[in-house]
Amino acid sequence: MTQAVGPVEAAPRTRRSRAAVALPLVLFAALALLPLVTAALSAGYMLDLFVRVMIFAIAALSVDLLIGYAALVTFGQAAFVGLGAYAVGMLGAHEITDLTIALPVALLASGLFALVTGLVCLRTKGVYFIMITLAFGQMAFFTASSLAPYGGDDGLTVHERSTLFGVAVLDRPVVFYYVVLAALLAVYLTCRTLIASRFGRVLRGAKDNALRMTTLGFQVYRFQLVAYVIAGMIAGLAGVLLANATEFVSPAYMSWQRSGELIIMVLLGGLGTLHGAVLGAIAFLLLEEWLATLTEHWKMIFGPLLVLVVVFVRGGLIGIGTALAGAVSRRLRRG
Amino acid sequence: MAEPVLALEGLRKQFGGLVVTDQVTLSVAPGELHAVIGPNGAGKTTLINQISGVLPSDSGRILFAGHDITRLPPHERARRGLARTFQITSVLPAFSALENVAVAVQAHAGSSYRFVGDAAAEPALNGPALAALEEVGLAERADVPAGHLSHGEKRALELAMALVTEPKLLLLDEPMAGTGREETARLIAVLRRLKGRFAMMLVEHDMTAVFALADHISVLIYGRILLSGKPDEVREDPQVVAAYLGDEIEFER
Repeated sequence: MTQAVGPVEAAPRTRRSRAAVALPLVLFAALALLPLVTAALSAGYMLDLFVRVMIFAIAALSVDLLIGYAALVTFGQAAFVGLGAYAVGMLGAHEITDLTIALPVALLASGLFALVTGLVCLRTKGVYFIMITLAFGQMAFFTASSLAPYGGDDGLTVHERSTLFGVAVLDRPVVFYYVVLAALLAVYLTCRTLIASRFGRVLRGAKDNALRMTTLGFQVYRFQLVAYVIAGMIAGLAGVLLANATEFVSPAYMSWQRSGELIIMVLLGGLGTLHGAVLGAIAFLLLEEWLATLTEHWKMIFGPLLVLVVVFVRGGLIGIGTALAGAVSRRLRRG
Repeated sequence: MAEPVLALEGLRKQFGGLVVTDQVTLSVAPGELHAVIGPNGAGKTTLINQISGVLPSDSGRILFAGHDITRLPPHERARRGLARTFQITSVLPAFSALENVAVAVQAHAGSSYRFVGDAAAEPALNGPALAALEEVGLAERADVPAGHLSHGEKRALELAMALVTEPKLLLLDEPMAGTGREETARLIAVLRRLKGRFAMMLVEHDMTAVFALADHISVLIYGRILLSGKPDEVREDPQVVAAYLGDEIEFER
């Protein structure tokens, strides 16, 4: 009886790992080729849309890293996006626009905020963790709203996009697109590497059975704190890009709704897969865009639709794909 | 006599008005297998939890290899060579059997802040892990997710995870609980093979296992040590027979 478990179990594992290689390849290839399509169709707005998509994909990856691999359900990730954006905006207000300064400042600020808040948040578990990350997120939101010298509630305009060594590289849409794509790819590969590493294995183990990991001698808290800081910095990077994409910085970037959207993106695509986060961000924003063209009451459709996918499809869109592939291969084998 | 690996001095634990561990004093010599027996609710698991640090002690001292560890957190105790298995099997269900043990190797190697390199492909982790799986007879099941192993196999897996941390003392919390007759026999054989390499403290209901393995037995009743001695002394003590062993001992002989 127990002997039979081995081979039966092996089959879905290999199929899943094949999909885990193929799907991200297809996704990134499609994203890399997209500017050719938009140029042919002269649909420049598509390029802007996908820049936004990829930026949120970066932020969603940071959420998947925490929720999908460390079971840390963070409800305040948007605060880090906002911090990255504000770093660009505030430095810009003082006419410091170069990425060689803005990027390290943004990463340092978001990393530091993650370290300080993480020290507190990670002492709690479950619902309390969700609530306290939410609380810190809202704290950042209200702080930004009251920053009168930097626009307060109204936010502030980014008058010129970040430069690199004084060169305005991000001004050309196509170049900016590929910079964002490169950032997304780099973040994706970083997360992949991280998860497979010894460090990532401790995180995954703690997600599986934290007490066991502790009795093995791991100080789980510290590993989670490092992951929290890394995720915060990734979200900060998304913020730097977002400020450049919208040429505007607003407290709304930090609101809890934004944090919630990031969680939904990850659930929509498929939790704990990384490429699911990318797929989820694409699906979420495109769906939002498309539904808005149909009716002004699009949220009435959008909300229930998201709930249906998340509730009924375990594993999100990737789950649907895997289930379909399984059904097709079964049908083929039978017929 | 050599310095004991573990010495408990007047250890005490109280939950509200209920004293669960009452002035427990005992010691475990290096390489010795010390069994703690007692009826349900005698406080055996509480004692294990206090020793491993999952539960804080109200008073008394725990000396491990001569050092006072009474106030140390569990991970710190584990690092010093105090390993344990759980009464309710505790493995990482989503990880393969091999990965479960490899994580334990990693814990022992003490270098887990490595952010690059595929941990699943590291010979330095997988080598010792596979060797430990072989020792407990699980090598063929290395790739099976731990959640799919049989109960007895999970027990064996826990042992393998403890082995690779090269413990000074292994706390075994009812390793035979819920295992079938055959699996119990296999586990006894594995434990007998491991005996002497490190000290073990065995909490167990299965008297066949206890008398087959133990060098020393302590009888715990209502949180107190009723008697501590060689298996033969315990077997013949009228107080123990009356309080706990009863017919079972007659059956043994």
